[in-house]
Amino acid sequence: MRTVIFRTIAPYLAALMVLFSIFVLLRGHNEPGGGFIGGLIAASALAIFGIACGVASVRRAIVFHPMGISGFGLFIGALAGVLSFFNNQAFMTSQWLIFDFFGVEVPLSTPLVFDIGVYLVVVGAIGSIALALEEREAD
Amino acid sequence: MTPAVIDDTTLYAVLAPFAAALVAPVLTRWFKHNAAWPLALVPGLIFLHFVGFIGPVSQGETFVAAKAWAPSYGINFSVYVDGLSTLFGLLISGIGTFIILYAGGYLKGHPQQGRFFSFLFLFMGAMLGLVLGNNLISLFVFWELTSITSFLLIGFDHLRAASRRAAIQALVVTGGGGLILLAGFILIIAATGEIEMSVLLASPDIIKDTGLYLPIFLLVLGGAFTKSAQFPFHFWLPNAMEAPTPVSAYLHSATMVKAGVYLLMRMHPLLGDTVLWTTVLPLFGGATLLVGTILAIRQTDLKLMLAYTTVASLGLLVMLTGTSYEKALEGAVLYLLAHSLFKGALFMVAGTIDHEAGTRDITKLGGLRGAMPITFAAACLASLSMAGLPPFIGFIAKEILYYGTSDIDALGQLGVMVTIVAVVGNALMLVIAAAVAIRPFLGAQVETPKHAHEGPILLYAGPVVLSVTGIILALIAHTTGVLFIGPTLSSLLGEFTQIDLHLVPTKINAPVILSFVTVGLGIALYTQLDKLRSITASVLQAIGWGPDKGFDQFISGTVRIATVLTRALQTGKMQTYMLLTFVFTALAVLLPGYLTDSFPAMPKMPEYRFYEWGIFLIAVLGLIAVLIAKTRLTAIVSLGIQGFAVALIFMMFGAPDLAFTQFMVETLSVVILALVMTRLNLSPRDHRSVPARVLTGVVAATVGLGLTLTMLAITQQPFDSRLSEFFTEFSRSIAHGRNIVNVILVDFRGFDTLGEIAVVVLAGLCVLALIRIRTRPEPDEDASPDEPNQTQSVEAR
Repeated sequence: MRTVIFRTIAPYLAALMVLFSIFVLLRGHNEPGGGFIGGLIAASALAIFGIACGVASVRRAIVFHPMGISGFGLFIGALAGVLSFFNNQAFMTSQWLIFDFFGVEVPLSTPLVFDIGVYLVVVGAIGSIALALEEREAD
Repeated sequence: MTPAVIDDTTLYAVLAPFAAALVAPVLTRWFKHNAAWPLALVPGLIFLHFVGFIGPVSQGETFVAAKAWAPSYGINFSVYVDGLSTLFGLLISGIGTFIILYAGGYLKGHPQQGRFFSFLFLFMGAMLGLVLGNNLISLFVFWELTSITSFLLIGFDHLRAASRRAAIQALVVTGGGGLILLAGFILIIAATGEIEMSVLLASPDIIKDTGLYLPIFLLVLGGAFTKSAQFPFHFWLPNAMEAPTPVSAYLHSATMVKAGVYLLMRMHPLLGDTVLWTTVLPLFGGATLLVGTILAIRQTDLKLMLAYTTVASLGLLVMLTGTSYEKALEGAVLYLLAHSLFKGALFMVAGTIDHEAGTRDITKLGGLRGAMPITFAAACLASLSMAGLPPFIGFIAKEILYYGTSDIDALGQLGVMVTIVAVVGNALMLVIAAAVAIRPFLGAQVETPKHAHEGPILLYAGPVVLSVTGIILALIAHTTGVLFIGPTLSSLLGEFTQIDLHLVPTKINAPVILSFVTVGLGIALYTQLDKLRSITASVLQAIGWGPDKGFDQFISGTVRIATVLTRALQTGKMQTYMLLTFVFTALAVLLPGYLTDSFPAMPKMPEYRFYEWGIFLIAVLGLIAVLIAKTRLTAIVSLGIQGFAVALIFMMFGAPDLAFTQFMVETLSVVILALVMTRLNLSPRDHRSVPARVLTGVVAATVGLGLTLTMLAITQQPFDSRLSEFFTEFSRSIAHGRNIVNVILVDFRGFDTLGEIAVVVLAGLCVLALIRIRTRPEPDEDASPDEPNQTQSVEAR
């Protein structure tokens, strides 16, 4: 599978896929998309990058252990639910902060934070499984 | 009288020990064992808080306070303060104060002392929540919490196998009993529609009128008897003496084991005074009293002797509660108070002796009175109260309970039986009291493992205060009656009662004579103590079997059955698992339709366009490619064709989110499956025999048929559009999102998603672990988070 073409293209392809996955994640609230699908796209990006250029370079590129990313995602997902306590509301009541950024309306919300958490969980968990399997292929 | 609503201070009083449990380790790191002093302030302040209730409660007032917990289920964190809960609250916090101090001295220098304080406070909070609990469910939660914290406390010395065994035994017996109690509570809630104790108590006949009295009675008894160590569940309590002595003094004398008695007393207006109640309770209580005292005679270990007399005392309390007769109940309340004071003190004395002399075997102790004068004084005072001699609270308790049980006019035969059991039990109790107080202290000085001397103030403060309280309460008998006994009795009877107590009997009547008989019998037996001990020992030896052995047999039997079942079910072959899973899936989807003969009719084929037919064709071609594939890898990739075709179908029929997910899942499954396959060292080709192939083929086809029929049946049901309408209407207005699927996932049903991503993380960890240990890697787990996603999308459509 490690043809020259694939090896040359794969980093760009993976980068594009990660970018696209973030786009899908952020548009999710209004258009088809969301954290789960975004996470799957990013995980496949990691898998492709790994197949093409080896697991070691993927691990270098993402800095953190994928399971750590996954755990962090779960953490901020839960954290997003807790924020409503400060408004004396029930767990996971969504909080919205909509403000004006140079004429563009930017909505920030706890569901968005939660969705980012879902994204990270999926990237981390699926990515770590894929990488671990690819790694064993190498030895 | 309807309870008055008070502010939340009492709720915080229940929660305060939990907060103390958090800071205890830190304080202990800073101040070492002297952390006991600041920590003891917590129960001390709680005690003062309850002192404030004594006045109004003795006037017959009751109070409630509540905070919503899960209001949609009627579950609240609520407290109910009346005579009974005030008495228990005072005992728990008051004795708790001295236990904390005592623990400071007893475990001085222990590396885990901070943890020990934490456990004690956790238990204290749980116990307070239990006795004040108004909501049945929160009462149950605290009930189980006392079991769990006592497990931690008994198993504190976790390096010893005996401690671990005792801890598990206590947890299994009391925790199991708690589950039985939960069933009883749920039955009460279902039968009466009420969940608050104060509301139930307002109409005493509410349970008796439901027709479910018998099951409720038995289930509540199951909880109470296991917790309060009634025969034949008594065995866990003496074993729990493996715990450090502060635990025994606190849990196993004054508080936790009384929880069962508390429950019986609390429920007495609701469940009591029936033929069943006045038969079963005296029977088991009486048996426990006799078994407890006889087993106590046999012991030579101070703590074990005390433990068995605790079992006996609990039996006495249950027996008296079982008479449902006012005077006997009054005796029970008095005895409850007296027992908590003297038994707590005696346990601490036993611990001090153990701590300072190095042994607590009475055959190896003697003549300590010179070395430990203060402890000796406290032991004497507490033992005299236990023996039921004047002028101690134990004496008044015994007088009143004899007065109640010997009232033949009111109780008839039951009274005669109960009185005889009580006299024998009390006489044996006197024997033990004398043995505990006299043997270690009087007589010639015996060489002990450690050079004995008086302990520090942390060790003797508790026994001294508790035993002196026992005499003070007796001297001001009238006030004790008005402030404590009367209000508590009112709770038991369900109506306001006032009583008049005297230390000195007004005239010579049956109780006084019975007291003389008890004392005489006790002294006579004490002189024969060693002979009695050898007799009971040999009799028990001859019997050989006891509930304690039974428990072990029960546990090993359970383990053996589990082993056999596991061996039978877990073959370790993936093919068997898959085959069984799919066979049962087929049965699950096909059997209901077959049994009820409700298979759906074949719907009319809608008109499809040519490109739609084209996609169906691709899906079928993908399947055929799987079947005829020469190598496994080709088969996996071909399966992907079918998956992508399905994704296209989703796309065309208006589920873009679902299609999107399906694409990604298909891609990743093919990638991961391919990676797994290359790792498995399988031969590239499938070498199964023809019958095996046919079998799996049949199973696969059946599952497919079953799922198809199920889907058809579902789509032929009239569509309930309430959920879809709700989401369509509110997705934009409430949740600011146009993509309903995503809004459901992250907002409306976000809690589900939180659970799902937790599962994903765990699944990832497990798969990683499986790959790491270099056995067969599991195929990926990404199907599990995908599944709820699909159902929700369908719902939203």
